[in-house]
Amino acid sequence: MCGIVGLFLKNPRLEPELGRLTATMLSELRDRGPDSAGFAVYGNAKPGIAKVCAVAAGLGLAWSDVGERLAKAICADVAVEVIEDHGIFSTTGDGEAARTWLIGNVPEVTVLSQGRSIEIFKGVGDPDAVAARLGLAARSGSHAIGHTRMATESAVTVAGSHPFSTGQDTCLVHNGSLSNHNRLRETLKRHGEHFQTDNDTEVAAAYLAWRTREGDNLRQALERSLCDLDGFYTFVVGTRDGFAVLRDPIACKPAVMAETPDWVAFGTEFRALAELPGIDHARIWEPQPATVYAWSQAA
Amino acid sequence: MLARNSTLDLARLSVREVNRLLHDADRGEFLIKNPRGLHAIAAGLDAPLDVTIAGHVGYYCAGMNKHATVTIAGNAGTGVAENMMSGRVHVKGDVSQSAGATGCGGLLIIDGNASARCGISLRGLDIVVKGSVGHMSAFMAQAGNLVVLGDAGDALGDSIYEAHLYVRGKVKSLGSDCIEKDMREAHKAALAGLLEAAGLAGGIDVSEFRRYGSARKLYNFHVENLGSY
Amino acid sequence: MSGDDPWIHTPPRESAIFDRHAIAEIHRAAATGIYDIRGFGAKRKLPHFDDLLFLGASMSRYPLEGYRERCGTDVTLGTRHARKPITLRIPITIAGMSFGSLSAPAKEALGRGASAVGTSTTTGDGGMTPEEREHSSLLVYQVLPSRYGMEPDQLRKADAIEVVVGQGAKPGGGGMLLGQKISDRVAEMRTLPKGIDQRSACRHPDWTGPDDLEIKIQELREITDWEKPIYVKVGAARPYYDTALAVKAGADVVVLDGMQGGTAATQEVFIEHCGLPTLAAIRPAVRALQELDMHRKVQLIVSGGIRGGADVAKALALGADAVSIGTAALIALGDNHPRWEEEYRKLGTTAGCYDDWHEGKDPAGITTQDPLLTQRLDPVLAGKRLANYLSVLTLECQTIARANGKSHVHNLEPEDLVALTVEAAAMAQVPLAGTDWIPGRR
Repeated sequence: MCGIVGLFLKNPRLEPELGRLTATMLSELRDRGPDSAGFAVYGNAKPGIAKVCAVAAGLGLAWSDVGERLAKAICADVAVEVIEDHGIFSTTGDGEAARTWLIGNVPEVTVLSQGRSIEIFKGVGDPDAVAARLGLAARSGSHAIGHTRMATESAVTVAGSHPFSTGQDTCLVHNGSLSNHNRLRETLKRHGEHFQTDNDTEVAAAYLAWRTREGDNLRQALERSLCDLDGFYTFVVGTRDGFAVLRDPIACKPAVMAETPDWVAFGTEFRALAELPGIDHARIWEPQPATVYAWSQAA
Repeated sequence: MLARNSTLDLARLSVREVNRLLHDADRGEFLIKNPRGLHAIAAGLDAPLDVTIAGHVGYYCAGMNKHATVTIAGNAGTGVAENMMSGRVHVKGDVSQSAGATGCGGLLIIDGNASARCGISLRGLDIVVKGSVGHMSAFMAQAGNLVVLGDAGDALGDSIYEAHLYVRGKVKSLGSDCIEKDMREAHKAALAGLLEAAGLAGGIDVSEFRRYGSARKLYNFHVENLGSY
Repeated sequence: MSGDDPWIHTPPRESAIFDRHAIAEIHRAAATGIYDIRGFGAKRKLPHFDDLLFLGASMSRYPLEGYRERCGTDVTLGTRHARKPITLRIPITIAGMSFGSLSAPAKEALGRGASAVGTSTTTGDGGMTPEEREHSSLLVYQVLPSRYGMEPDQLRKADAIEVVVGQGAKPGGGGMLLGQKISDRVAEMRTLPKGIDQRSACRHPDWTGPDDLEIKIQELREITDWEKPIYVKVGAARPYYDTALAVKAGADVVVLDGMQGGTAATQEVFIEHCGLPTLAAIRPAVRALQELDMHRKVQLIVSGGIRGGADVAKALALGADAVSIGTAALIALGDNHPRWEEEYRKLGTTAGCYDDWHEGKDPAGITTQDPLLTQRLDPVLAGKRLANYLSVLTLECQTIARANGKSHVHNLEPEDLVALTVEAAAMAQVPLAGTDWIPGRR
């Protein structure tokens, strides 16, 4: 059980404010998600550069050593930016190859994301403290998704926090509780997905990743998930160009959206949106159940 | 003791402090500013106060209201006026899920749209929605009236008991044991009364509404109805 | 012919799988086309408190003198957030049971008995009757999915509020009251037509999930000016997670009801095949509280099959702050008493087995609305019986506690216990008697 926020900027002049606005939204949902928090920020994409984000168990990791080993392994330049216990590897090489190498060769880290634009950060503890520690307010970009977690049937760990990566530049956050994720996990393992936690959301993320590899676009994958996933859910999916929203057919878990000429926002509770600039004149509505909504920069 | 006719600012006072002040008052007009989606604002009122909230509220605004008149100049979150007993709650904007849930009496007016489960388990409250209502509205509604000028979503009145439903627009689908029923003169009169109480007197033709209610086939278990369970 | 040879005899052999109960149930289902509905809790044999034993005093552990040396039994509930926590003189409460499922004299008797010994009763699905409030010195008011009878004045009159997520007999099922028990008064209280088969909702109408429960609890506190302790009651399903989530949602007290917990009416299949035994639920719930540093700060009340003072003591030793009784309280009032044997026979049962509480024909006048039957229960005498029984539970619990060297029943701990079976040892996380082996621990 959790809180979700999403902010998608239509007006590029707000991009330097993205992190600050997202942090403010996230803070309003601390009460319903006190255990841990995470966020995906999309921005600072440079042509030809892939980014891989990872988190270590503590502050003692020699990130630059890891970066050097990675550079040798994938035969490309690698730079590392260290933020607390997180490292962002930027490389001219293949991002997927970098991700795979890190997973296979550096057991001390959990890989969080891979892509041109996406950066994922996660931490255990009070969401305000996590956001402050990881410098969310200072980050800029075109869109962001944040999540505060109240763990239901799995442990409170960094790896168990949302967002979960579902492929290059995509990620998933979830509010609710799936009821058939255990069997689905076994099926997805047989389709080649790997799991790091016992978390139901990780299963939903792997499901989307699998459908994407099978050739579905995001809308098709989400529509198919209505048949294959059981339980209560509000999903927000981040993509390179935008985001998507889906609520289950019973739609007990809340969801509010707001839109102005400058931005589109999502919040589990309205109060997360209450401080956004222009909220007083925004169009406010609730997504319908069993309906895929999607926004994209390209549109 | 709070002066009558006060402005209470939720940017400076907590919800708990505002509610305590309202609970201590026995009458008066109050304006609540800066609600910013906070929860349980003006919950548990028990006196004929006149409260206006200038902005959007969170969950359970005016929950279990008795005697008071509460006006929300904005949208309301889940469960607005849930279990209200009497008095009048008027939302100028839209409302989220479970508006008027388990309400027992009084009048709830929604100028905009309501989302899912409007009037769930209604127990005597009257709800008038000028816009449309979402799916599972009037689920297990026991008593009272739900009037919808717009459309209704899927499964309207599923497992309904004796509440009366009047819808002017389209009903996407009816729930288990809910059927369309005759609009007789008595129903038209009752509907006219509800519309007038909601400030919609004149200009609305009650014959444009259809009445829905219980088929009463699921009141006692019969194995022939297995498909409906 | 085998029939002629006197040495050959074949006693009838009953199948353990298709026993008489299973065969009767199949015949009944074939005849009616509906699931079987009954009251009471799970009846089949389950690992329970009988599989645990206290160690008592010995060379290393010294007992307290009975009567002369104090053994405290009081418990305070709601210290986390409530402005007015409630203090019980004994660690045993009366569980939620509705007026509707029970007769008015029965509810009155429960109130009289509980008040006489300084403990609380609880309303049920249907709201608070004035008699109930009058006769109970401490009254806990349930907020259930159905919300029958729910109204703010009753909320304000209560001493504590219990948000019901579920109960042990049917974790995931709503209340059920069949037509024969929906009298005029019950129908009016519940705003239902008389004589229908009431089946309550199983989810709350205006919240789903602990994140939204937190906001609901906030609303209940606002309506009652933060005065009252707020309990969250769950059936034993995922007790570790459920307890942690109740704490995170802001509960002052967690009430945990095992599958032996009774009900007035539900499907037999629910009672016997859903939910954990009480014994299996307690340690995980306590562990969740300890990990959140909330043990004793958020109190834990355990129910489901509490019968005697030993059960009370064992539940407390495993970490509960108090226990709650439902079925046992009705039996103390007179349910299933052999004096009505002739009438039980007419109903197709016998004293000790009567569980068709949903039919409303209770000869003891307890689980019925029939005025000819309810007048058989004298609420004053029945209240005295309940008070006697509660006193015995308390004395027995104190006897055990003193023998284990405790000056307060809350000082009972798991290390005072051993188990007689491997299952009980694993569930209660105490060693098998005579060994230091706890299954599942290295």
